[in-house]
Amino acid sequence: MSVLKYLPLLRANLWRRRIRTLLTFASVATAFLLFGLLMALRHAITGGIELTGADRLMTMHKMSFIMSLPRSYVQRIAAVEGVRSVTAASWFGGYYRDERATIVAQVADADTLFAVYPEIDLPAAQHAAWLADGSGMIVGQALANANKWKLGEVIPLHSNIFRKQDGSNVWDLRIDGIYRNTAGGDTNALFFHYQYFNETRSFGRDRVGWLILRVKDPAQSPAVARRVDALFANSDAETKTSSERAFAQSFINQVGNIGAIIAIVVGAVFFTMLLVTANTMGQSIRERTAELAVMKTLGFRGGQILALVLCESLLLTLLGAAIGMLLARGMAAGARQALQQYLPLLGVPPGAMLAALAIATVLGLLAGALPAWNAWRLRITDALRQGG
Amino acid sequence: MSAIIALRGVSKHYRRGNEDLAVLSDFDLDIEARDFVAIMGPSGSGKTTLLNLIGGLDSPSSGQIVVVGKRLDELSGSALAHWRARHVGFIFQFYNLMPALTAERNVELPLLLTSLSTADRRRRVAAALELVGLADRARHKPGELSGGQQQRVAIARAVIADPTLLVCDEPTGDLDRHTAEEILGLLQALNRDQGKTIIMVTHDPKAASYASHQLHVDKGRLVRMDAAGA
Ligand SMILES: Nc1ncnc2c1ncn2[C@@H]1O[C@H](COP(=O)(O)OP(=O)(O)OP(=O)(O)O)[C@@H](O)[C@H]1O
Ligand SMILES: [Mg+2]
Repeated sequence: MSVLKYLPLLRANLWRRRIRTLLTFASVATAFLLFGLLMALRHAITGGIELTGADRLMTMHKMSFIMSLPRSYVQRIAAVEGVRSVTAASWFGGYYRDERATIVAQVADADTLFAVYPEIDLPAAQHAAWLADGSGMIVGQALANANKWKLGEVIPLHSNIFRKQDGSNVWDLRIDGIYRNTAGGDTNALFFHYQYFNETRSFGRDRVGWLILRVKDPAQSPAVARRVDALFANSDAETKTSSERAFAQSFINQVGNIGAIIAIVVGAVFFTMLLVTANTMGQSIRERTAELAVMKTLGFRGGQILALVLCESLLLTLLGAAIGMLLARGMAAGARQALQQYLPLLGVPPGAMLAALAIATVLGLLAGALPAWNAWRLRITDALRQGG
Repeated sequence: MSAIIALRGVSKHYRRGNEDLAVLSDFDLDIEARDFVAIMGPSGSGKTTLLNLIGGLDSPSSGQIVVVGKRLDELSGSALAHWRARHVGFIFQFYNLMPALTAERNVELPLLLTSLSTADRRRRVAAALELVGLADRARHKPGELSGGQQQRVAIARAVIADPTLLVCDEPTGDLDRHTAEEILGLLQALNRDQGKTIIMVTHDPKAASYASHQLHVDKGRLVRMDAAGA
């Protein structure tokens, strides 16, 4: 049967008890709003993991992430069997005007950076300009937008770690390029040249923060990691090499098992929502017993009545879910503006929208199941005798 | 003229606990096409039960029922529903309209089961409301209409799919004398002008006099069949 011609009937039935219907909508919408926001938060926190390269390893000081390594490790690791390319990075501890707003500023090797991070997408002309400009930098699109930085602008970047030989902690860096991320990862960082940094800084000469290496075969990553660490065993600076993904994961594990918490909260909220909706549907159908019997009298078959009741229930949950998810999207987008620096991936992912659709469908069918079943087997003569 | 309704040895029992309650026993009945029959009898005599069997709302415990050429006692539930939608219009004492729907949506309801287009449905609904004199109340809900007007809407709904047979259970039982006469006049006109066969249960001899035949039922048996005014 064509559903469209039944819409006026469905709408009239839902709308006859406005308050009750609106309260049910509100409860469904609230449940999905919470679901959407939690999914957005989870995506913001863990989304980076999926975006990290499976074929990338990180080598850092065995003692601590903040201890530096000799620059010479770059050449030695490049020679290890199974390593395709390697680049070094250092944490600059940068900020722009506000000391509390730390910027992800990294000191990088321009000639190897792109081999290790192929997802960094920079126009060829800007790429060339940066290589030619010793005191230039490249800035992620999101970071540029957040600070309203333009190509060619010279930015005084402060460091809360390093000082120059003249005592200042400000490096003037020209924006030679603004990059995007083809893998959908965040673009909240900036990179500038190691050589310029190394020549001007007052301490920590010829040392780098960590090394990032790309392996030839991701399956060989554990073996490569072992080989690298073996190379520096018993030296002044022993290393610990792990996959970038494992590194990101271990970082997130410190935040707690977010997935489990979200599952529990969302499960409880959806269960409550199911009870509310099922109760609404149950009451609504009980009130209309005589009407349903009349529809059967007119020739509507049991299956059609059942379908109509389920449609009504689905309308409640699907519309409620749509409202809730749209609100969640709006709120996540609003929060992303404010939290750009901290949660650049904040936003309801498309997968969550699909999940919401599936959940709303299942909950709608569940909530309507019992009333629909009762309506289906309703005997006309009994119902009319009682209701008439 | 041929019988459009034929009951042969029809019985209807209800089990209540261990008791077996015979509501209709060994009932035989023939009604001609285009007839207007009033069924009378004391309360509890089985009139509504008989009407439900003829209208295909219920099945007999035993016996044969043929209505508009179909053996109703052999049809399944959904086949009966399909048959009702095509052949029977129902009119009840308490109108039984959908309170949330406007008059025109109520009248349209049976047409949702057909393949008619929206425009065709609209046209037929307008014609049916015109027929019962309620064209100007199309957008009113049942709660905004008087009892007589609600019953007119119910009549429009009963005839919208052009059924062969109209089944009415005390259609004027809830109306004052004057309004009742209007409704009965409308039924009479449907019988006379459109050839609808009408079976009407009533307690009111005055109402029964609008019919061409009167049937008397007592304790689940047919006692007599009179011509009107005889
Ligand atoms: N579903 C049922 N279960 C048990 N008994 C029933 C059922 N339906 C009807 N009856 C009984 O059958 C008898 C006839 O009922 P029916 O409704 O046909 O009478 P009626 O002639 O229409 O009465 P009234 O004039 O009061 O409407 C009554 O005694 C009633 O209690
Ligand atoms: Mg009765």
